[in-house]
Amino acid sequence: MNVIVCLKQVPGTTDVKVNPQTNTLIRQGVENVINPFDTYALEEGVRTKERYGEGKVTAMSMGPLQAEAVMREAISLGADEAVLLSDKAFAGADTWATAYTLAQAINKIGQHDIIICGRQTIDGDTGQVGPELAEILEIPFVAYVSQIEEIADGRIRVQRMVEEGHEVIESSLPAVITVVKEINVPRLPSLRGITRSKSAPVAIWSAREIGVDESRVGLAGSFTKVIKVFFPQRVSQSEVFQGEMESQVDCLIDRLKDTGLT
Amino acid sequence: MEYFLTEEQKTIKDLARKIAEERVLPVRAELDETEDFPRAIMKYLADADMFRVFIPEEYEGLGGGCLELCLVVEELSRVCAAISTCYAVNALGCYTLIEFGTEEQKRKYLPDIAAGRRLTAFALTEPTAGSDAGAIKTTAEKVNGGYMLNGTKQFITNGGEAEIYTVIALTDKTRGARGASAIIVEKDTEGFSFGKTEKKMGIRASATRELIFRNCFVPEENLIGREGAGFLMAMKLFDRSRPGIGAQALGIAQGALETAVDYTRQRIQFGQPLISLPVVQDILGDMATHIEASRALIYAAARTVDSGAKNLTEVSAMSKVFASDVAMKVTTDAVQICGGPGYMRDYPLEKMMRDAKITQIYEGSNQILRNAIAIETRKRKGRT
Amino acid sequence: MGIEIDFEQCTGCGNCEPACPFGLLEVVDDKVRLKEGCTLCSACQEACPVDAILIEAAPAAETTSDEHRGVWVFAEQRHGQLKDVAYELLAEGRALADILQTDLSAVCFGHNITEINQLVAHGADKVYLVDSPELAENLDDLYTQQFIELIQEYKPEIVIAGATSLGRAFIPRVAAVLKTGLTADCTGLDIDPENRLLQQTRPTFGGNIMATIICQARRPQMATVRPRVFKKNTPEAGRKGQVIKLDFDRERITAKTKLLNFVKDLTETVKIEEADVIVSGGRGLGKAENFKMLDELASVIGAAVGASRAAVDEGWIPYSHQVGQTGKTVCPKLYIACGISGAVQHLAGMQTSDVIVAINDNPDAPIFEAATYGIVGDLFKVVPMLTEKLKNG
Repeated sequence: MNVIVCLKQVPGTTDVKVNPQTNTLIRQGVENVINPFDTYALEEGVRTKERYGEGKVTAMSMGPLQAEAVMREAISLGADEAVLLSDKAFAGADTWATAYTLAQAINKIGQHDIIICGRQTIDGDTGQVGPELAEILEIPFVAYVSQIEEIADGRIRVQRMVEEGHEVIESSLPAVITVVKEINVPRLPSLRGITRSKSAPVAIWSAREIGVDESRVGLAGSFTKVIKVFFPQRVSQSEVFQGEMESQVDCLIDRLKDTGLT
Repeated sequence: MEYFLTEEQKTIKDLARKIAEERVLPVRAELDETEDFPRAIMKYLADADMFRVFIPEEYEGLGGGCLELCLVVEELSRVCAAISTCYAVNALGCYTLIEFGTEEQKRKYLPDIAAGRRLTAFALTEPTAGSDAGAIKTTAEKVNGGYMLNGTKQFITNGGEAEIYTVIALTDKTRGARGASAIIVEKDTEGFSFGKTEKKMGIRASATRELIFRNCFVPEENLIGREGAGFLMAMKLFDRSRPGIGAQALGIAQGALETAVDYTRQRIQFGQPLISLPVVQDILGDMATHIEASRALIYAAARTVDSGAKNLTEVSAMSKVFASDVAMKVTTDAVQICGGPGYMRDYPLEKMMRDAKITQIYEGSNQILRNAIAIETRKRKGRT
Repeated sequence: MGIEIDFEQCTGCGNCEPACPFGLLEVVDDKVRLKEGCTLCSACQEACPVDAILIEAAPAAETTSDEHRGVWVFAEQRHGQLKDVAYELLAEGRALADILQTDLSAVCFGHNITEINQLVAHGADKVYLVDSPELAENLDDLYTQQFIELIQEYKPEIVIAGATSLGRAFIPRVAAVLKTGLTADCTGLDIDPENRLLQQTRPTFGGNIMATIICQARRPQMATVRPRVFKKNTPEAGRKGQVIKLDFDRERITAKTKLLNFVKDLTETVKIEEADVIVSGGRGLGKAENFKMLDELASVIGAAVGASRAAVDEGWIPYSHQVGQTGKTVCPKLYIACGISGAVQHLAGMQTSDVIVAINDNPDAPIFEAATYGIVGDLFKVVPMLTEKLKNG
């Protein structure tokens, strides 16, 4: 069973602080980690390999060179190999360009039975790379997998979470699945795993090495473009409503609607 | 302070902290309430190779020494001293085996202990033999092909939960402490059962139980070292393990300090955070200073143990006595400056205060140890 | 491609430092230095007085095909029932279509869908309906291919869909095959009338930053929108519209995956540590039966029910609901604290929630300091009123 797990390096917290003077993110002291949702993907990849024997788990990420640290973390958590796709040409990629780049690297690796992604990242929050990857690779896709029931004879049977329950879905392999956090409890690294990860090689592939068309990766290959980045209006302090009870309740509902919460 | 830890030691400390914060912290209060043995957490520690830390490399360990063990214990205790107790007692339970066991014995037991598959315990204390450990009454009578054990051990940590017990029993009743031997008894051996489970003031999630031996036969290959060396081995063992108790006390104190700082920064009284009051700063300053002094002493003591030095009694006793007294004082003060909330079970401080107390008592009460230190001091006429 | 700093020009004035929303620029030794993680948003470029920051723009956009016209809304249904998000998107889609002076169409797949005319009443000019027993369940594969076919045939310029678990799973696949841009979880949509571009605004970095995104060269422009972001319009009963029924061609459209079984989740208990919205009760509730009031509010807004230690200790609700130091730590998008005073230990378990609403009759309760919004009043009046209003609106 050869598994490829796609990971992203993200800031270690969604609770990113904003400097009120400059309106910029405070990055100091926020260490980079494996996107939490991806840790479930990695754990499931490692468990799948352990369950079905042989083969290997390859962790793959696209990002700056400093992402090598999280690739080593992936090795300490059970990945056999790690591939980091890093090139100036990849900068500014939207989800399609990211999926395209990953797809080309996956094609370069060749043999794989299953590709596992987290359901979304905690920084971008789009959840689009997994499904886009499947379409670019032209292989089946199942989202929100909460359990891998069985893998046999080139087919996989999974449970997939939907709003009112779960569906049991069967697919041929290779396939891409995205997993939800209900699927497992990721292991912690072991001392021996950490030691191993320190000396294990992390392959770093550039655009040329994957053989991608540079006009299709990074910002150049992105269909979407960010034209403006700004800070949402913040509620400075507690707002305690005044007036008649009913108008207070109305105020509250308005505020919640403004923030899209109800 | 710079303690010049190696990369490997830092890795061990960091991982122990991660386990403590991610796996122990969420269940700490619940375990304290229910007094359930933390099986799941022992499994996490095993999976993270924490039981390998104190086992030699030849037996699937990582070959760490006293300092490495202290680092793990400190970090676990910072969050929950009951967890560190369940963990650290394994080192106690297999140390005599590592030091005095035969190759065959080591091959048989150590890889399982390293992997965390089997927990261990050490059994010395009896109803009549506490600080006066030489007064033990449990006997191991030599019979054909082995020993027949009879007697009761009291207050045994990991009792009932461990699979492998190192039991100190008299093979020669006539010689008192000099007639004691160390014998391995495995759980489920006929004639070996468990008695009362103690209800404790602190470290409540750790198991403390009576071991009862009624005509319990063990084969002679279970004898560690030679007959009559048991008491001496136990004393040597404690010389090496006491910095670990110090590390436990250190961790508790560190956790209490952090909680107190956290609370006093947030708590507003008289229009300002408590931490800005000089009287509170005075106490916090003392807490921090004592903790650092205790850390310096423990690490130094642990390094002395690891250096292969012969006479360890004094330095190891000092580290345990000092750190445990600091822990008791720091936790008491932490409860004090946090006032009402500090006293409530909603907050972790009262638990830390309860947990700290045992570190002044077990593995040699601080009074007995001070006597020991005084004897050593007298021997060298107070000189360094 | 990318960002370059012209050190000949750079004076190290530092104007660009605060301009970067990600804090990636830093002036060191009178020259600006860029850390990794640049998204090429160009905020710094605007701030630079000497034009020392060069961002190589994407190659000139391919000419946008002019044949794409019309705004489409994917009208999601489940077991024949249209979802609210369909109506919400129609309201927004109507506004966009009006600016563009074009048609608004709803696209609906399923079987035996009731009230299909409601789509027209809510603003659709056309409804493309593919009704087939094969589509009775939401089958991603079939939906993906069917939607691609329709888009390729009718060429809309904008497609919006709900960011539901279905939408988030299959819409990216549609976009990937059509090789067009897709923006997830938009909270605001706007049109630049000059070039008919859809300006899609979405939160990122856990809501700390908003980004406005366009898709210049590809069509359709696609976006997903979270349920409850837009308000639905009042339906217009007599509104005229065309329902176009299309055949589902099972020969051509095949599934790579197979649905074997659907298991309805019978235990509806939401785990509080995973819930997006939590309604929590404390000592102020007075007795166990009063938690029913919170259950009602929770069921209206799809929330889990939490509790303070006081309420758990009184035995009003099981421990598994407890939030705080000795209970669970939660970080929902919305936390509504009812009759909870806000002891430090409780705050420790929930203070990182995105929005905290406090309802308490004691104006001095510490919970109000942690709260984003507060109502000082009798919770036995406030909570039922809130429930009622949310239910009806």
